[in-house]
Amino acid sequence: MTTATPPSSAPPLNQIGAAAWAKKNLFSSVSNTILTIVSGLVLIWVVLTLLIWGFTQADWRVIPANFRLLMVGRYPINLIWRVWLALGLIVVAAGLSWGVLARNSRLFDRRGLIVLGIGAAALVIVLALLSDPISIAISLGLLALLVGLAFVGQQVGKVVPTFGNWLPLVWLVAFVIGYSLIRGFLIGRPVKGDDLGGLLLTLLTASVSIVLSFPFGILLALGRRSDLPVIRLLSTIYIEVIRGLPLITILFASQFLVPLVLPPYIRTDRLIRAVVGLTMFSAAYLAENVRGGLQAVPRGQAEASKALGMNPLLTTGLIVMPQALKAVIPTMVGQFISLFKDTSLLTIIGFTELLGIGQTILANPQFLGRNVEMYTFIGLIYFLCCYAMSIASQRLERQLNSSGTPTVAPAATIDP
Amino acid sequence: MDEQKVPLWRDDRFLKIAGQVLVLLVVLIIAAIMVNNVTVNFRKLGLNFGFGFINSPASFGIGDSAIPYSSTDSFGRALLVGLVNTLRVIIFGILFATVLGIIVGIARLSDNWLVRKLASVYVEIFRNTPLLLQLFFIYTVGFLSLPRVADSMQLPGPTFLSNQGIYLPWPTGSVRTWIALALLVASLVLAAVFWQRRLKVMELEGASGNGYRNLLLGLGAVALVALLGLEWQAPAFANAAVTGGLHLSSEFGALLLGLVLYTAAFIAETVRAGIQSVSKGQWEASKALGISSGQAMRLVIFPQAMRVMIPPLTSEFLNLAKNSSLAAGIAYGDFFQISTTINNQTGRVIEVVMLVMITYLTINLIISLGMNLLNQRVQLTER
Repeated sequence: MTTATPPSSAPPLNQIGAAAWAKKNLFSSVSNTILTIVSGLVLIWVVLTLLIWGFTQADWRVIPANFRLLMVGRYPINLIWRVWLALGLIVVAAGLSWGVLARNSRLFDRRGLIVLGIGAAALVIVLALLSDPISIAISLGLLALLVGLAFVGQQVGKVVPTFGNWLPLVWLVAFVIGYSLIRGFLIGRPVKGDDLGGLLLTLLTASVSIVLSFPFGILLALGRRSDLPVIRLLSTIYIEVIRGLPLITILFASQFLVPLVLPPYIRTDRLIRAVVGLTMFSAAYLAENVRGGLQAVPRGQAEASKALGMNPLLTTGLIVMPQALKAVIPTMVGQFISLFKDTSLLTIIGFTELLGIGQTILANPQFLGRNVEMYTFIGLIYFLCCYAMSIASQRLERQLNSSGTPTVAPAATIDP
Repeated sequence: MDEQKVPLWRDDRFLKIAGQVLVLLVVLIIAAIMVNNVTVNFRKLGLNFGFGFINSPASFGIGDSAIPYSSTDSFGRALLVGLVNTLRVIIFGILFATVLGIIVGIARLSDNWLVRKLASVYVEIFRNTPLLLQLFFIYTVGFLSLPRVADSMQLPGPTFLSNQGIYLPWPTGSVRTWIALALLVASLVLAAVFWQRRLKVMELEGASGNGYRNLLLGLGAVALVALLGLEWQAPAFANAAVTGGLHLSSEFGALLLGLVLYTAAFIAETVRAGIQSVSKGQWEASKALGISSGQAMRLVIFPQAMRVMIPPLTSEFLNLAKNSSLAAGIAYGDFFQISTTINNQTGRVIEVVMLVMITYLTINLIISLGMNLLNQRVQLTER
């Protein structure tokens, strides 16, 4: 529908300006005015209390004093370059994807800029408190690398539009190399599981579990949609039982049951057992997401490929599954966010991931009673990570929607 | 015909059956290996399988129990205490989270800019941080930093607050309480029935419904009398201790508050999406009929939004039920926490894991069934 926009005149003067805006949005009626005043007072009280507390009573020294613990746990100091290098790889992958996905639009929208700004500011403040010039330099360098690669990715994306299809592979390679680097699988001295901790352990467990749960999730989703009753039944039972159980009970069961069901001569690391639990858990949820994607693929696609003489394996692998997976990418980002938050449950079974190491530090008599400072800091890290990922997934959703149906104008976004 | 017969390995029907048999066999073999390993490991560790331990004395205390319990009671009794504690948190959690979630969800669509922004800040903060962190925060900062029992704070009315928890007025549980309670429930049920009938009469026959209204008012009076007649017992503060009334522990308070705040943020998003899914024409039509915006929300928009909201709401309720197991993080004696204690004492992992799984699956099943019934009621009946 392309109708010419009728010429519009400028809005009357009494409808623009700050006063008119305030009248319309804050004081349009008596009840609205009361609501504004009450919530405004509450807001002022909360903000003032927080500011007064944060600048007079709070003792923020607990954060810089334990910053390394919070970030990487007891990772050997002389090997810390491996973590930086792995982070660099992830930054490369992230920068490229950002650029490629935003190839037809601006790199920065307002909200993305705000998140990036807050993140950079928080980083600089914390690192300045640490007075560790090397870390500051590397972090800022990585940030510059991220933005620079985004521009590069944008240009590459314009020249080679199919580059986007290779992004999952880029991520997988970056992930595998980064993980081997951190654990020291391929080169140098291996790092024990117990030496990992803090944000590093949180990120590692979440990402390893989601990657491992991928093949299981896809198989389970196909199994649940299969027309073979036995396979459908088995998949459905697995998915529904796991989804009906709290994660903590699965982690508990994996800690205690895995050694029992394995032969006595196989010894498992408790970190591996935890990852087994997280993977089993996330595979069931992933299966449901993928199933949603499979249902979204029109039946005609499968029928057409059958008509072309493809066997069921090829039909699923080349025609149906790629479309289904593309459709559920935003949902899967959402699942990763919730798994990222859920790894905090490892605290209960005695791991020192981000929240667990916070608890350990708080148990130290030297830092007794610094709960608010510690929890606020940890909460901020979680918030920034999750919020940034959810904004990224919203952008991704928009990009995927628009690239799928390029002729349709983007629908008006409802953003109250 | 015979030479055209499809060979066995290309016969679709045979392949399908063979594939299923194969999968089943693999699953069974893996299960058998696991069971075998368990028996070998059990023999090595000198363990055996059985639920007989349920009757032996628990010999551990539970800080907070809604039913009488002492450490000489059996493990079974301890588990029952845990189950009651879990159900208590789930039921009140769902109630409060729904109310708060609806309020915040509507606030996110408010005309008022400040209210809208405050609601979104609340939703984003609680959705983007882990529940366990929120629980730790609420428990250690909110509840444990309250004054000690000896200097309990008195809230308006006979309610006391200390780091041991909250003391509320509560019915004593005498015969009179039960009679009053029965009366209260009966009058509420009757009132619900009459309310429905009144609406029906008003809708279908255009009647005033005044007769029913008077009946409802009468029932309200009866309910009020019954409520006052429950024989309330107010907690009293004397000799640096609070006695009487209902004592809710800090752990219970923190868990309930944490679950409500967290789940309400998710419910708010569900409510917002539900309301936005109702077409704008419905608002405009009700405005054209001269209905106030509050009434339009209550009578026109919300009932339609309910249809969209109930399935996601169900999964939020299920999440709340599952998340109640995070009680273990703040040492509230819920079913999971007590199960782990029993596991530590007896080493009966398999039995304990089985009990835990069956219990949570049953709870989830009951919630799903209830919500499905509700869903059927609110769905559009197409004629």
